[in-house]
Amino acid sequence: MTGAGRGASVSLSNLERRYDRVAAVAGVSLDILSGEFLTLLGPSGSGKSTTLMMIAGFETPTGGDIAIDGKSVVAMPPYRRNIGMVFQNYALFPHLTAADNIGFPLKQRGVGKAEREKLVREALALMQLPDHGERYPRQLSGGQQQRVALARAIVFKPRLLLMDEPLGALDKQLRENLQLEMRRLHAELGITFIYVTHDQEEALTMSDRIAVMNGGLVAQVGRPEDLYDRPGSRFVASFLGESNFLPAIVRGVEDDIVVAECEGSIVRALCPGRPATGEKVMLTTRPERIRFADGAFASTAPQNRLSVTVTEAVFAGERCRYMLQARDGTAMVLKEPSSAAIRRRAVGERTEIAWSVADTILV
Amino acid sequence: MTVARALPAMLVGLILLFLALPIVVVMVVSFSSATYLTFPPPAFGLRWYSVYFGSDDWLRSTWLSLWVAAAVVVLATLLGTLAALGIARLPKALRVLASALILSPLIVPVIVVAIGIYYAFARYGLVGTPAGLIFAHTCLAVPFVVTSVNASLAGIDPRLEQAALSLGATPIGAFFQITLPLIRPGVLVGALFAFITSFDELVVALFISGSGAVTLPRRMWDDLLYQIEPTIAAVSTLTIVLTVVLMGCAHLLGKRAAA
Ligand SMILES: Nc1ncnc2c1ncn2[C@@H]1O[C@H](COP(=O)(O)OP(=O)(O)O)[C@@H](O)[C@H]1O
Ligand SMILES: [Mg+2]
Repeated sequence: MTGAGRGASVSLSNLERRYDRVAAVAGVSLDILSGEFLTLLGPSGSGKSTTLMMIAGFETPTGGDIAIDGKSVVAMPPYRRNIGMVFQNYALFPHLTAADNIGFPLKQRGVGKAEREKLVREALALMQLPDHGERYPRQLSGGQQQRVALARAIVFKPRLLLMDEPLGALDKQLRENLQLEMRRLHAELGITFIYVTHDQEEALTMSDRIAVMNGGLVAQVGRPEDLYDRPGSRFVASFLGESNFLPAIVRGVEDDIVVAECEGSIVRALCPGRPATGEKVMLTTRPERIRFADGAFASTAPQNRLSVTVTEAVFAGERCRYMLQARDGTAMVLKEPSSAAIRRRAVGERTEIAWSVADTILV
Repeated sequence: MTVARALPAMLVGLILLFLALPIVVVMVVSFSSATYLTFPPPAFGLRWYSVYFGSDDWLRSTWLSLWVAAAVVVLATLLGTLAALGIARLPKALRVLASALILSPLIVPVIVVAIGIYYAFARYGLVGTPAGLIFAHTCLAVPFVVTSVNASLAGIDPRLEQAALSLGATPIGAFFQITLPLIRPGVLVGALFAFITSFDELVVALFISGSGAVTLPRRMWDDLLYQIEPTIAAVSTLTIVLTVVLMGCAHLLGKRAAA
């Protein structure tokens, strides 16, 4: 692991937070490695913020344990945990200048004035805001405020940085710039990042690993490409990217490949378990991994094929998006990179589609 | 068109005049040279100011009122600010109840409060003492402090305090470095109201100031009852000037805190 030792490891075991009868967090177990960029991804209300607030020490777990570097911190007040935190609305102190905001954690730690000024200057430079130290938060743009908040959270060299939807309030362009900047910062500092977002694209772009949360539980943890290629559940498949779902009936299992009947055809899918013959299952595949398979189509990899009717065709610049209907009525989406050389399909056209068995998952 | 535009301005002008005219009359009368209250004064002079500054009774009452009010400012601001901070942390249902309790002195007629205070204080020998006045006025002043500090607190993002804690500030450090500077305008306005509440208070003073602790409003009342002379106008003018200066200070301080 890059920068191992500089970042804290965090271990959540069976972590739980109940309010009256509802469980905001219902038993989360997760091991976050030293120096890792881990993202908690999930829809609104899935318990991401509550989990983060418990790690920071602002919420008390009603069950389970949080260990940082192997030591339980549940009984430790937030101001002694030495964790950097960036809030969604920045939470900059409005009555202090940018420099004093950044110097605040140093002052709490008794760092002398000269040393403090030097560290603040360095932090401002790192955030590309060298001339903004004397400004008050309201004199800074949203992106600049975000950078000051980030500088303030790392200037005291914590080994763990928590961020709760830090880019949520910014426009797309700025968000993408800051995403790259955060990746760079993560690589540079080598400390552990725990990042909360409901934006799957952001999670896929930035993270070493993603923990997908739903209903107060972790639905699946893994590297972005693993989660995308092999979603473990219908929820993960639909929340992370776009997915087609095909109802099917199991006809047999060959090694780790399940053979199923789907829309009158035989299709094959990757499957970790061993479903029984005759069982009703759901297969999933990504819209951009399906292709039209009439005309000059050839592939060496094992393919699944279905006949479909085009029900809608939308040209969206970089790609075309087709709505298809399979023989038994299941709706599917196909995304094709656009090219002047490729014939556009017309609504009502009947055709064949194909996609690789490796891109078909039983969920 | 111009009439339609001038009308609201005229209306506002009239209302302001209605509010300010009595003050102007009092101020003009205070510079009267007559031996009795009359308007307009036949001639001008400072004779009633010299009566005021030459009278031990008037000066003693002024001094008493000033330091009672100062003590009330300290007590009420401290208690009111702490109460507001505590209330903000209560669960919602309790918060409403606690606010209602603290605001009750504003809702119950002052005369009822005064009678209650009189009987209660009589038992502990507090009637006719400055301490009695300080306690009674503090009860009346606390609601104003709570209300204005509350309003300031409502405008503060609770995450600021969390941010301070996450950055290593102790709860007390976070209060003095973050929360207090941000609610300072509310605290100052509350303190000002506390001062005016006490300095201007008559009804409770009528009951409990006895003969040992005669406040300025109480002496003005007695003066009006037994003899009517322009001294009272001079005293009023001085009081008004003091109040305006205090208001101005609070306004400037508030502005600087907001800047
Ligand atoms: N103080 C609270 N009292 C009651 N319910 C709460 C409280 N805080 C959070 N919840 C509930 O817990 C669930 C998870 O909230 P949260 O962790 O904020 O989700 P997320 O950050 O993923 O959007 C939500 O359903 C929310 O309504
Ligand atoms: Mg949240």
